[in-house]
Amino acid sequence: MAPASPAAPRTPAVENPLFEYVVRLGDDRLVLGHRVAEWCGHGPILEEDIALSNIALDLTGQAAALLALAGSIEGKGRDEDALAYFRDEPQFRNALLCELPKGDFGVTIVRQFFFDAYSLLLWDALAACTHEKLAALAAKSRKEDTYHLRHSAEWVRKLGDGTPESHERAQRAVDALWRFTGELFERDAIDDAVVSHGIVVDHAALAAKWRELVEGVLREATLTVPAEPGPRATGGRRGRHTEHLGHMLAEMQIVARSHPGATW
Amino acid sequence: MSDSQWPLWEVFTQGDHGEPFEHAGSVHAADAEGALQNARDVYARRGEAINLWVVPSTAIVASAPGDAGPFFDPGNDKAYRHPQFYKVPKGVKVF
Repeated sequence: MAPASPAAPRTPAVENPLFEYVVRLGDDRLVLGHRVAEWCGHGPILEEDIALSNIALDLTGQAAALLALAGSIEGKGRDEDALAYFRDEPQFRNALLCELPKGDFGVTIVRQFFFDAYSLLLWDALAACTHEKLAALAAKSRKEDTYHLRHSAEWVRKLGDGTPESHERAQRAVDALWRFTGELFERDAIDDAVVSHGIVVDHAALAAKWRELVEGVLREATLTVPAEPGPRATGGRRGRHTEHLGHMLAEMQIVARSHPGATW
Repeated sequence: MSDSQWPLWEVFTQGDHGEPFEHAGSVHAADAEGALQNARDVYARRGEAINLWVVPSTAIVASAPGDAGPFFDPGNDKAYRHPQFYKVPKGVKVF
């Protein structure tokens, strides 16, 4: 049973599905970018510290562009900063996978690998869509994510096929994160509604490609693909988050909220 | 630390097509792919390069400080080795 089998969760009707759709894309990258940035100054070696910070900045840059686009679609005067710093937890639309604590290096790398594989395949699909601005963002972002995936996949191989300890930690991360991957491929009313804007993503095909890619790397890494996905963790796309997001947002948003409108 | 440190790699970057590769610095990495990625992240993340070389530092053969006299000093006092006694013909553009 694939963790990635698409389903159609009930999503309450929203005023502007296109806005909602782009916010989901932006929030995934904003929240994950913040989690990866938590490694800055704490990386296992200097070179990897810089590598993770680069990836975090790429994700934050993608988030800024996506949330700016979302703000212009919404047309209520909210820019990317307003959306990033002045929404509360229930208004965030990221997948739960992105908000989980950074954990050890194994968790960070496996999570990044799962996300990079998904993100790259998604950008491939979106680059071909007829929504011009989103297609342009997709074409730009897919270059960044191609590198991210090369980096995280290489680390998965190294950790999985490394020492007994690195193997065990990587396997633990795969087992713990597996049930969070199904949410990435869920299809709901928002996805159906944005088809009229030229955004057409085949979730089932995306999930199948993701599985093939991910399982291939896990096998090379001598890691075991979990047999049972377990209960799928879901809810992020509708604003129902784990207990971790609120703490993360408190830290991420405090400066902007303490000094509204500040520039430097 | 030395037994837990990854091998050292020297990084060379090419700034533009046709330009020479220049030494940029060094990185630690477990293997060639890791070295290439670390070199990219450390030395080419701000658009400094269009190509990268990484070479195991152990593969570099270097002159020793003691070689400096015999290797380099004789070059300085033999002006006739420098091709600077020719007048450039008028028709040749200096560039």
